[in-house]
Amino acid sequence: MGLKIEEIKRLIKSSIPDAEIDIQDLAGDNNHYSATIKSKVFSGKSKIEQHKLVYKALNGKMGNELHALALNTIES
Amino acid sequence: MNETTKKKIDDILKQNEICLFMKGTPDVPQCGFSLAVSNVLKHLKVNFKGINVLEDNEIREGIKEYSDWPTIPQLYVKEKFLGGCDIVKEMFEKGELQKILNVK
Repeated sequence: MGLKIEEIKRLIKSSIPDAEIDIQDLAGDNNHYSATIKSKVFSGKSKIEQHKLVYKALNGKMGNELHALALNTIES
Repeated sequence: MNETTKKKIDDILKQNEICLFMKGTPDVPQCGFSLAVSNVLKHLKVNFKGINVLEDNEIREGIKEYSDWPTIPQLYVKEKFLGGCDIVKEMFEKGELQKILNVK
């Protein structure tokens, strides 16, 4: 179970190419992460919409293979 | 999501102005993220209804589709989806949540 940091970054990058991504493994178990993501695509969008863009990039893995990903999205 | 589940969720939201879909109950949360949101609401001394999704798998899966949001907890105020743990915490830190809930 769980996703590696590199895999999460790859998925996010594939749908948000300009994303600057910083991911911390909170528990060292490949399953609880915290991510800060900076991108132009977030501008003018609500927080809910911004987080949804990230969840969509993760392609259904959020809440399944990936249990916990705390998100902080920033407009660049 | 079938009509019965959708109606069940609609009814819960209509009957409870502030409603938290969570894992466990406000007294005994079963997940750190549900605990965090529940604690923010308790700290603000607001009356809220905690819906334990672990007791009802149809609601657990249905609510994710309802809001197009893949994770639990989910906070609703006046039938509107406000956000999950990160957003609620951020709104609390900025004082926005207090305004929406009309508390100090």
